[in-house]
Amino acid sequence: MEHIAHDETSFVRPAEVGEMELYHAKTWLGKYVFSQDAKTIAIQYAATAIAIGMVALVLSWVMRLQLGFPDAFDFIDPSSYLQFVTMHGMIMVIYLLTALLLGGFGNYLIPLMVGARDMVFPWLNMISFWVYFTAVVLLAASFFVGGGSTGAGWTLYPPQAILPGTPGSETGILLMLASLAVFIIGFTMGGLNYVVTILQARTRGMTLMRMPLTVWGIFVATVLALFAFPALFVSAIMMSLDVLLGTSFFMPAIMTMGNEADHVGGNPLLFQHLFWFFGHPEVYIVALPAFGIVSDLISIHARNNIFGYRMMVWAIIAIAFLSFIVWAHHMYTVGMNPYFGFFFATTTLIIAVPTALKVYNWVLTLWQGNIHLTIPMLFSIAFLLFFINGGMTGLFLGNASVSMPLSDTLFVVAHFHMVMAVAPVMVVCGAIYHWYPKITGRWYHEGMARFHFWVTFVGSYLVFLPMHYLGIMGVPRRYFEITGTSFLPDSAQTVNASITIAALVVGFAQLVFIYNLIFSAMKGKKAPGNPWNATSLEWQTEHTPPQHGNFGKELPCVYRWAYDFSVPGVEDDFIPQNVPPRTTTPEAAS
Amino acid sequence: MSTDAMAVDSLELKPGVAGFVDDWGSDQRAFKGVPWGKAMMWIFLVSDTFIFGCFLASYMTVRMSTLEPWPVPSEVFALSFGGAPIPLILIAIMTFVLITSSGTMALAVNYGYRKNKWVTFWLLFATAVLGATFVGMQMFEWSKLISEGIRPWENPFGARQFGSVFFMVTGFHGVHVSVGVLFLFLTSRKVFRGDYDTGRRGFFTWQKGRYEIIETLGLYWHFVDLVWVFIFAFFYLW
Ligand code: HEM
Ligand SMILES: [Cu+2]
Repeated sequence: MEHIAHDETSFVRPAEVGEMELYHAKTWLGKYVFSQDAKTIAIQYAATAIAIGMVALVLSWVMRLQLGFPDAFDFIDPSSYLQFVTMHGMIMVIYLLTALLLGGFGNYLIPLMVGARDMVFPWLNMISFWVYFTAVVLLAASFFVGGGSTGAGWTLYPPQAILPGTPGSETGILLMLASLAVFIIGFTMGGLNYVVTILQARTRGMTLMRMPLTVWGIFVATVLALFAFPALFVSAIMMSLDVLLGTSFFMPAIMTMGNEADHVGGNPLLFQHLFWFFGHPEVYIVALPAFGIVSDLISIHARNNIFGYRMMVWAIIAIAFLSFIVWAHHMYTVGMNPYFGFFFATTTLIIAVPTALKVYNWVLTLWQGNIHLTIPMLFSIAFLLFFINGGMTGLFLGNASVSMPLSDTLFVVAHFHMVMAVAPVMVVCGAIYHWYPKITGRWYHEGMARFHFWVTFVGSYLVFLPMHYLGIMGVPRRYFEITGTSFLPDSAQTVNASITIAALVVGFAQLVFIYNLIFSAMKGKKAPGNPWNATSLEWQTEHTPPQHGNFGKELPCVYRWAYDFSVPGVEDDFIPQNVPPRTTTPEAAS
Repeated sequence: MSTDAMAVDSLELKPGVAGFVDDWGSDQRAFKGVPWGKAMMWIFLVSDTFIFGCFLASYMTVRMSTLEPWPVPSEVFALSFGGAPIPLILIAIMTFVLITSSGTMALAVNYGYRKNKWVTFWLLFATAVLGATFVGMQMFEWSKLISEGIRPWENPFGARQFGSVFFMVTGFHGVHVSVGVLFLFLTSRKVFRGDYDTGRRGFFTWQKGRYEIIETLGLYWHFVDLVWVFIFAFFYLW
């Protein structure tokens, strides 16, 4: 027979440090605006990210309207189209997904999941949000300055980014660079917090290898960001100097508008190297938290332990490491030495190995699981489909020779939307629904959520799948309009129009989503503390939503990993991490 | 995989190399005995290393890609004393001053841990003054180069990238030193006031200060010194 151990504390090491002191704000301003509580900061991050993300969504509608129905809209001209593409891409990647996954989910989940009262540097954490907010304001300001926002593409390649003729070369580009630099400063403040909290402030019994994969994903992504953002920071400084002081870091001698520009001797390729040294890890900064979160969602909603936990952790670490040595696969067309092309193609394809392992493990977790088709589970499955799809086209683009003709076509656009836009967005939606009852203490509206899921899932496929075909036919990316060309059949335009309609419908579903979130936070059904019967610590808090300090008088002790689902011989189909172990009595053992 | 807790006897952590692995495999803290602030500073410094690494890599790249000749360091960075130009003399003094300040900083950390308030204060103060001297000499060097016509966007002695990258990288390093000097003065003031003895709370962070903070600041200061050694090698000796 099994029974609970008598002396539970003998299973965990004694506390190494005293409890952290929390600053309890007394004023309204201190509680809700300049809050030092990671949960409030998380919501501030998430709300700001989603708000600016809505701008990017609207921009995607406008772009699609132009592509689907050329000549129908006067307010879109070739320059403004470029501005929309640029702002859409940059906002989505940095200001929405990076900020939401790390600043939003990171802040909310890390302290709760590792059993800490708060982040280790609450004041720095608060400043981090406000610096991020400043970055968003700077970015948004660039819509309103003379000449408008920059139209250099989200990659901001010089020389064209700063030469006259490119929209926004007057002020827009400077605001963009300033905003990025400020974002990086703010992110560094937050990122140091996340990393140190995970490394140094876990609760008793919470070993690294007992952390939920969500924490692992966010942790490694943050480390990645701390080492990748410097390259963007440096290139932003250098490009600003090229604009402001007329230095020539990135600018060769060049003719512009019939005149010789006052630059000589710079190296535009240097920018590309720096940018992609940041840019490729950035893909994983967005993807790794999504990987981690989706592992937990799949495990919880399939009531099955995650398949190959250790392999999952090491795969995350391997991917992170490899992501620093693949960057030039974005630059195959610059005319690099074939040996370099070979090197970067090889490393790129090697990344597919740990990534594929993760996909297998997700599928094997579902295998023979007790799959509940809840909203988070639906989104997780959708993630898997999109991710596999995007991963497949990644194999094409990773091979230097195959990538050449596909470069700068809609095939690339389709690929990265599948793999780093829609797939992480699926996880973000699933995660929001999953933790919504904990964060608000209420249920979201199930019907609206199902509507949101099906429209987004099917709609996104309708948007991005046909784009692959357009790309293979040779439709270039970042083109305002491509009609009257002999190599495109008329049906290409029909496809374009249908993509646009699907995109508009998908966009509408996101409005339903946001309405659901706001409405249910006030009017939703009350939710219990652990509605999904999950094991990790955030579901075991005394209060729902958790209060400042997260846990009650005493911090929980952790005795097991986060995936004790359907353990044989145990009555409940889950055992929370803070339930002490059962010992076997001598009679039963013999 | 075993999911239940470890047996009691495995809770003891081993010393030595095996202990390093043990620490990481244990709960609560990966770096045992390391305060949060110190861990944070180490990670920040690695991140900052990437920043300076990118700066130096960019410097090398533009130096290779420009077609105009690069000025000869021993000529542009020479000072004339009594009519004879002495190459790199100012830089030698600056480097000496900065390295000395690392020494006083290290001593300050040591005396801080002994809670020797006055010696700590004077050592910190000396470090700050030496750092400020360095910044002052750097300003002198800048103004000399500027008076000779070198600008970020032009350079009468050859490639214009020389001016751009020199002002940018030494400027960025100089900002690091200045920030360090500011914090050194603030910290020495706190030591002077006895904040770390009385546990007085920080004005912004509301956290209690401890002498450990001096070590964290020291890490930063030594890092800034180390970066200078690289800048010295790459800009003045190459
Ligand atoms: C409803 C969802 C979305 C639609 C309909 C959409 C549509 C588009 C379109 C039409 C383009 C421009 C194609 C071109 O002319 O080159 C584009 C570019 C881009 N999108 Fe999206 N997008 C969506 C969501 C996202 C998300 C969630 C991300 C986040 C990663 C994202 C990242 C990008 C990037 C990085 C670019 C490239 C910008 C550039 O070329 O400079 N998109 N998108
Ligand atoms: Cu890449």
